[in-house]
Amino acid sequence: MVREPLPVRPSPRPVSGKRDAKHVRRVWEPYQILILTWQGGVRRLCWLPGRVTYARNLLLGSSGTFLPVKGFFSMATVSYRKATRIYPGTQKPAVDALDLEIQDGEFLVLVGPSGCGKSTSLRMLAGLEDVDQGGIYIDDRDVTNLPPKARDIAMVFQNYALYPHMTVYENMAFALKLRKTPKHEIDVRVKKAAQMLQLEDYLGRKPKALSGGQRQRVAMGRAIVREPQVFLMDEPLSNLDAKLRVQTRSQIAGLQKELGITTVYVTHDQIEAMTMGHRVAVMLDGVLQQVASPRELYDRPQNVFVAGFIGSPAMNIKKVQLNQDGAVFASLVLPLTREQLAAARAEGGDNQVIVGFRPEDCDLVSASEGGLPIEVELVEDLGAEANVYGHAAVNGSNERFVVRTDRRHMPDMGETVYIKPRVGQHHAFNAATEQRI
Amino acid sequence: MTTVEEPTAAPDPAQPATSSGKVRKAFSSPLASIFMIVVTVLWTIPTIGLLVTSVRPAGDVALTGWWTVFTHPSFTLENYHKVLFESSFGSSGGMLPYLVNSLAIAIPATIFPLALASMAAYALAWVRFKGSDTIFFAIFALQIVPLQMALIPLLQLFNGGAHIGSVTIIPAPNLGGTYVPVWLAHTMFAMPLAIFLLHNFIAQLPRDVMEAAQVDGASHFKIFRTIVLPLAAPALASFAIFQFLWTWNDLLVALTFVGGTADVAPLTVRLSQMAGSFGRSWEVVTAGAFISIVVPLIVFFSLQRYFVRGLLAGSVKG
Repeated sequence: MVREPLPVRPSPRPVSGKRDAKHVRRVWEPYQILILTWQGGVRRLCWLPGRVTYARNLLLGSSGTFLPVKGFFSMATVSYRKATRIYPGTQKPAVDALDLEIQDGEFLVLVGPSGCGKSTSLRMLAGLEDVDQGGIYIDDRDVTNLPPKARDIAMVFQNYALYPHMTVYENMAFALKLRKTPKHEIDVRVKKAAQMLQLEDYLGRKPKALSGGQRQRVAMGRAIVREPQVFLMDEPLSNLDAKLRVQTRSQIAGLQKELGITTVYVTHDQIEAMTMGHRVAVMLDGVLQQVASPRELYDRPQNVFVAGFIGSPAMNIKKVQLNQDGAVFASLVLPLTREQLAAARAEGGDNQVIVGFRPEDCDLVSASEGGLPIEVELVEDLGAEANVYGHAAVNGSNERFVVRTDRRHMPDMGETVYIKPRVGQHHAFNAATEQRI
Repeated sequence: MTTVEEPTAAPDPAQPATSSGKVRKAFSSPLASIFMIVVTVLWTIPTIGLLVTSVRPAGDVALTGWWTVFTHPSFTLENYHKVLFESSFGSSGGMLPYLVNSLAIAIPATIFPLALASMAAYALAWVRFKGSDTIFFAIFALQIVPLQMALIPLLQLFNGGAHIGSVTIIPAPNLGGTYVPVWLAHTMFAMPLAIFLLHNFIAQLPRDVMEAAQVDGASHFKIFRTIVLPLAAPALASFAIFQFLWTWNDLLVALTFVGGTADVAPLTVRLSQMAGSFGRSWEVVTAGAFISIVVPLIVFFSLQRYFVRGLLAGSVKG
């Protein structure tokens, strides 16, 4: 609600002689001022009992009184436009010119190693962190300098941040009460969220009487009842045990699908990222490396970092020499196309290339088939399959490799096996720029 | 974890893992217990003497020591009756009006600094603004100034206002004969310590909870009222006891600012007058002292669990 500035009677213009039309200002008559002041006063009176908040919510539908109609009230896109955060006293930005468009209803996961700026990016969107350069827009509304409360977002924190002195019910109702939502409606919404999250039996309890999983669900519930434009989640599963984490992972993904609310989710766990996100944004040192669907990220990593970060066990990535056919792995040559060869030699790539192949993208072959000989150091038996760790001499240095085999072909420790990457399944990167070629 | 956790005892007393566990173990040895009992008894003897004297007849008090009561017991409640009800005693009526005065001074003088300091502490701990650290250190540094130094300037301010040459900066407030000067003085003197203690406690509240409230749409004032105040209750309670006991027992400040006016003088002022210049009738003083102890005792025992826990939680991390 924008309050018009109170019109003041302009002071008599200095006698300058110039009187072009543009400069003639309106002179307010006293009665007009009186009327405008009166209107301002009435408006101010309306502010008091929160009636206007009620009406505004009714009109704008901003998580006020209506349950959201999917795709109508909760439409929200989020865009980071060159958003930069430099912590005071540091030179290097924590988040460096982040450009990211998040579609309405999308589940976007920010992933990266610790200290890569993913949490900072999220907190910038929440308004808990200043934006030093660039801007952040929700639905093309510039929220860069707005306080958190004006952004209509809900956030789930890593350690849940429940209000310890309030019951589960009060925790969930807190935000609604602040918005002066009518009592019966708060009740309806909290009960509904509690039902979704199987928290009905715990509404009267304090957080300290809840288990970790229950606390996590309360934190989710607190976000859900808000019916915000955007959900923000900052590693919400990292405090749960492994089994519960897997279970809750699918619950959150399902919930998001059901509600259709744009969600930004931060995690350092690439499995979470791959299983939950519609798209995944990989960050390193404050710089966005690649944003793509999980499949795309896995099949076509844009650079060496993404290739090594996504996938477990990690991709085998080695820097090797080029010849006219491709990359030379001792006895093995991984074929590259003519364009790839040209790109590898450009931009200071010299005569080297970085190639990678995933552990599951190679076969164990016999010695005669020309595979790379590897001495087995460790076999991780996962039941259905096994990860074989070993090393091989490549171009004079001892390199480690990981191969995934099925359980019928499990080698023993100390044995020498021959591996051969499957044709066309390897990735090549320029040795200098580390970009995909 | 979102709850403010209290330090817990080491699970296995044989091998205390934490330093607090070690301390606990050292204090629970028999030798330490005996030592503590002896110290406690020694420390309590004067109070017992006071109690015994207050129930002895005036003649006995003047002639023999209080310990003789164990061999020649003779008790009376005459002294209590005298101080409480006899209007002919001393310069004016009994003690009851002064008891009311003491409450009228101590309660506002506890609530004012508590309200102001908790808000200031929240602002200094959680509101980001330029120079907040400087302000905090400046306030803390004020504790160095002994309050006795401020008494006379403050008295002049209350009586005559502030002037530079002939220019009046603050006109004379005309507060003579009211409680206001004592309230103000107590509030001022309490603020540095109050802000320091509460700041340390409030600054340790979990950051995420504050941020969650911000995201939930709470303004600073809302956060203060709905999150900080309930969570800081132990610190608030412990400081409240502290300040209440201090203002209740205070003689210096009260005597300075309302000393001459019997209408608003607290119990302590009256007590100091009872003994008279030459220490006559001090059996009456002991009875008066015991009456004045009652209120702090009630306050202390009703809030004492906060007193121990809250002060520790406020100043020491853990």
